[in-house]
Amino acid sequence: MSERRIRILLAKPGLDGHDRGAKVLARCFRDAGFEVIYTGCHQTPEQIAAAALQEDVDVVGLSCLSGAHKYLFPQVAKLLKDEGAEDIVVIGGGIIPEQDMDALYEAGLKAIFTPGATLDSLVEWINKNITPRA
Amino acid sequence: MFTEELLNQASSLRQKWEDEVKKTIAKRADQKEKWTTVSDLEIKRIYGPEDIKDMDFERDIAYPGQFPYLRGNQATGYRGKYWTFRMFAGMGTAVETNNRWHYLLKTGQTGLSTAFDFPTLMGYDTDSPKAKGECGKCGVAIDTIDDFRDLIKGVPLDKITTSMTINPPATALWAMYCASAQEQGIPLTKIGGTIQNDMLKEFIAQKTFMCPPEPSVKLISDTVEFGTKYVPKWNTISISGYHIREAGATAVQELAFTLRDGMEYVEDAIRRKGLHVDEFAPRLSFFFNSHIDFFEEIAKLRAARRIWAKAMRDRYDSKDPRSWWMRFHTQTAGCSLTAQQPYNNVVRTATQALAAVLGGTQSLHTNSLDEVLCLPSDHAVQIALRTQQIIAEETGAANTIDPLAGSYFVEALTNEMEEKAWEYIHKIDEMGGMIAAIDKGFPQLEISDAAYKFQQQIDAQEKVMIGVNKYVEADEQVDIPFLEIDDAVENEQLARLAAVKRKRDGRRVAETLKDLENACRRGDNVMPYCIEAVKSYATVQEICDVYREVFGEYRDPGIY
Amino acid sequence: MKELGKKVLAGDIRAASRLIRNLEDQIPNTHIAMQEIFNNTGNAHVIGITGAPGAGKSTLTDEFIYAFRQKDKSVGVLAVDPTSPFTGGALLGDRIRMLRHAEDKKVFVRSLATRCSMGGLSKAVGEGIHVMDALGKEKIIVETCGVGQQEVEIINHAHTVIVVLVPGMGDEIQALKAGLMEVADIFVINKADRDGAGKLYKETLNMVHMSKGAAADNSWNIPVLLVESVLEPHKFAESVDAIREKVEEHYQYLVDNNLLVERMRRKTAAEINEALWGAILQPVLNNLEKDGEIEKMVEQVLKKEIDPYTLADQIASKYVK
Repeated sequence: MSERRIRILLAKPGLDGHDRGAKVLARCFRDAGFEVIYTGCHQTPEQIAAAALQEDVDVVGLSCLSGAHKYLFPQVAKLLKDEGAEDIVVIGGGIIPEQDMDALYEAGLKAIFTPGATLDSLVEWINKNITPRA
Repeated sequence: MFTEELLNQASSLRQKWEDEVKKTIAKRADQKEKWTTVSDLEIKRIYGPEDIKDMDFERDIAYPGQFPYLRGNQATGYRGKYWTFRMFAGMGTAVETNNRWHYLLKTGQTGLSTAFDFPTLMGYDTDSPKAKGECGKCGVAIDTIDDFRDLIKGVPLDKITTSMTINPPATALWAMYCASAQEQGIPLTKIGGTIQNDMLKEFIAQKTFMCPPEPSVKLISDTVEFGTKYVPKWNTISISGYHIREAGATAVQELAFTLRDGMEYVEDAIRRKGLHVDEFAPRLSFFFNSHIDFFEEIAKLRAARRIWAKAMRDRYDSKDPRSWWMRFHTQTAGCSLTAQQPYNNVVRTATQALAAVLGGTQSLHTNSLDEVLCLPSDHAVQIALRTQQIIAEETGAANTIDPLAGSYFVEALTNEMEEKAWEYIHKIDEMGGMIAAIDKGFPQLEISDAAYKFQQQIDAQEKVMIGVNKYVEADEQVDIPFLEIDDAVENEQLARLAAVKRKRDGRRVAETLKDLENACRRGDNVMPYCIEAVKSYATVQEICDVYREVFGEYRDPGIY
Repeated sequence: MKELGKKVLAGDIRAASRLIRNLEDQIPNTHIAMQEIFNNTGNAHVIGITGAPGAGKSTLTDEFIYAFRQKDKSVGVLAVDPTSPFTGGALLGDRIRMLRHAEDKKVFVRSLATRCSMGGLSKAVGEGIHVMDALGKEKIIVETCGVGQQEVEIINHAHTVIVVLVPGMGDEIQALKAGLMEVADIFVINKADRDGAGKLYKETLNMVHMSKGAAADNSWNIPVLLVESVLEPHKFAESVDAIREKVEEHYQYLVDNNLLVERMRRKTAAEINEALWGAILQPVLNNLEKDGEIEKMVEQVLKKEIDPYTLADQIASKYVK
C-alpha cells in the first residue's frame, strides 16, 4: 500500500567547492530509489538546516573536503536540534581525519564515510538505518 | 611515413605474430577482455608502423623548437634547464607558510607556489561569517598586504618566480605582489610568476566563483593587458585542466576543455582589448593533471602542444613562434591517491611525475603521500620533492629530449587524443564558444557523467584502486603523522585583521575603493586601482565586494 | 492527523512539509488533516510556471521569489521534478537554484517528485497548494517539471499561468502546438539573448493574435515578455520584476471580472470527485482486498466464469439502492 519514500538532503557546507563526490552520490541515491535534494556548494549551516526542515527529509548528508568540518558539521546538527528536528539523521563525508570523528559523533552525526567507501555501502547503510517517521 | 616495402614486411611479420597470439590464447585466455586507459580509451595489444603510417615527419613530428612543437619548445630541453620544482604550499598564517616555503627552498625546490585558504580563494576575509571554521585549514589566510608581507619575507622577488593559485580575487593578490615588489625597490619588469586566474574552469569544475562569466573574463583580460604593458615576465593566466580532471573528466575532456578555455581567453583579449595576439600569447601558460595512466598522460601532454601550436598559428593568425609554444605546469593527480595504505601513494606520485617529465612539462608539483588525509607534513613533502630530484638526477629521464617520439604506440595515442580533442573543440565552437557551452551546462554534464561512470566502475571492480577495491587490508592502522591546523589560528588571524583595520586610514581606504568602483563602472583596467587599494590596506573582501556590487554575483545553474 | 492540521494552521513549516509528504506517500487518513485546514484556504494567488525542461523555470522562480519579497509578499513554492520510471527515485534539482532564500522565514520551497503521475499534476501537488495556502502564503508558485500532461493541467490549479519558452530548443513550434497556447496567461521568452529569440518572439505574438481574434473584448491581453540572460544579474532582475507586475495585473483582472473563483471550478469538481472516491469507493475496495474477494474475482474472470462488469454490478447492488 503506502510506503514512505526516503528523502535525502545532500549539502556542502562552507566554502569548499569540490563537489564531485556529492554529485556522484546524488545520482547514486536516485538510482537507489531515494528522493534527493542536492543543495550545491557554498551553503551555510543555517541554510542547510532551513532546507532540511522545509523538505521534511529523513537524512542530511554533508560533504566537506576543506578541513572545516569540525565547525560546520556539528553546527548543522545543533541547528536541527534547536528546531526540534533531532530525528533527522545527519551523516558526513569528505576528508575527515580519524581523530576528528569522535567529536563529530558526539555532536550528533550518526555515520561518517571516508574516501574509498563504495556507493553500495552508503545505500545499504541508509536502507538499514533510516526509517522515515510515521 | 614509411616505405611501401617496409609496410609490407611489417604486415607479414605481424601476421605471423597474430597467429602466435591465437595459439597462445587458445591455451591461456587473456586476464580480461578489454584493456583500456583509466579514461576508457581502448588500447590495442600491440602497435606497429601501420598505426602511424599516415603521419608526415615534418608536418606532425619534426624537432624541438620546430612547428608543431610536438617534441618541445626549447632546442636544448632539460639539459639546458630542468623543469621547475614547484611545490604547492600554504597553511595557517602567512608566517607558518613562509616557514614552509623556506623549508622547501632549502630542500631544493626552484620555484614557489601558493595555496590559499578557502575564505581567501572565495574573496572573503577571515572575519566574514562565511569564513567561520575555514581559516588557514587548506591554505594560507591572506586578508591584507600586511599578511602578504609576512608571506614573502626573505623571498628574493627578482630572483625567484612565484605562482599563486587564486581565481576570482586574482587581481587583488597580484596587486599585493606587485605593490610588495615595488616597496622593496624591485621594478615590475623584473618580477616573474603566475596567477592562475582562470575563471572558465571555475564555472566548469572547481567552483570558486564570484561574478558571472562575462565580467570575470573582463577582469582576466585586464590582467593580460596590464601584464603585457608593465609586467612582461608574468604569466597572467594559468589555463587549467587539473581541476577539470579532478572533478571526474576523462583525459580527452581535460585536454579539450582546457585548450578551448585558452582559445576563449585569446579571443576575448583580442576583441575586448584590441591587443594583437602576439602581444600577449607568449605569456599564456597552462596547467595540467598527471593522472595514473602513464602513457595516456604522456600522449595527452604531447597532443596539447601540437593542438595549441596549430590553433595559435592557423586559427588566430599569430606570427611569433613564441605565441605557438605551449608552456605548462603539471601536478600529479590528487584524485588517484588513496587514504588506504597511504605509502602506496609515493609510488603513484612517482610514476605520474615521470609521465609529466616524459611529456615535457616546464614545471611540476608532486603530491605528498598524505594528501588524502590532511595537509602535507614536512617529511611527506620532502619525499615528494625528492621524487622530482631523483627523476631529474638519477633516472636518466632528462638525458634526452622527448624520448618516446617515434614510438608506434605513443605517437598513435597522441594522434588519437588530438583527434578526439578537436571533436570536442569544434562542438563547443558550434555551441557559440565556451561561455555559451557553460551556460548550456555542456562541460559540466560531460564531467558529471564521467565521474559517475568511473565510480560505478570502481565499485564493480572493473577498474582497480589498490588498497581500496583490491588487496584491501581489513583493520588497517594508519600511522601517518597528521598535520592539523589549530583552531587557534583563526583567532590569531582575526586579531591581526582587527589590528590592521584599526590602524589604517579609513578614509583613504574608502577613497581607493571608490576609485576602483568607478574604474569598474567605466570599464577601465582595474589593476592600477587595485594596487592603490591594497597599498591603503583594503582587504581582499573589500576589493571583491566592489566587483560583486558592480558586476553582480554568479548564480550556479546547478547542473549535475 | 488532526494535530498535524492544527500545526499547519499555526505556521509550523515542518508540519506543513510533513503533511505534503503524507499526501505524496498516500498515508491513510490524511484527509482528516486536510479537513482541518481547508477553511483557511482560498486566499492565495496561485501562479503556475510551465515550459519544457531547460527553459530556465527554476532560475526564473528564484528571481520571482526575490521580486515578490521586495513587495513584502510571503511566497510558497512547489517545485516538481520527474520520478525515474526505472528506480522510483528522483533528483529534485529545482531547489538548488533558489538557495538565496533558504533563511527567509517568509519563503517556503518544497520539492516534489511526480511519483507515478505523468498523466497530470499529482494529487500531492494539487492539495499541496491548499497546504501552502493554509500556511498563509500569499503567493504560491507551482513549477512543473516540464514533461507530460503536467504542462497543460496546471491551468486547473493556478490563477495565473506563465508559459516559458526558450529560443534555439528546436521545438518551439511543437511547444506552441501542444496545447500550451490555451493555458498561457503570460508568455515569457527566457534567455532572449540567444539566437532565434526574435523569430520565436514573432511567432508567439502571431499565435497570440490569432487566438485573440475569436475572444471577447474584455478578455485578457496575453503579453509576450522577454527576459535576457541571467548572467547579467541586474538586467535579469529588472525584466523579471516586469513580469511580476504583469502577474499582479492579471490577478487584478481576474478579481475585477469576477473570474477568480471561476478558475478553480474544475479543480474543485475534481477534488470533490477524489474525496468521494476516497470516502466511498476506497473503503469498499479495501474491504474486498482484505477479504480476499479481489483475488477470487480475478480467478473467476481468468477462468472466464464471469465478466468484470457483471461482478461490479453484483458488488454495487450491495451498496447502492
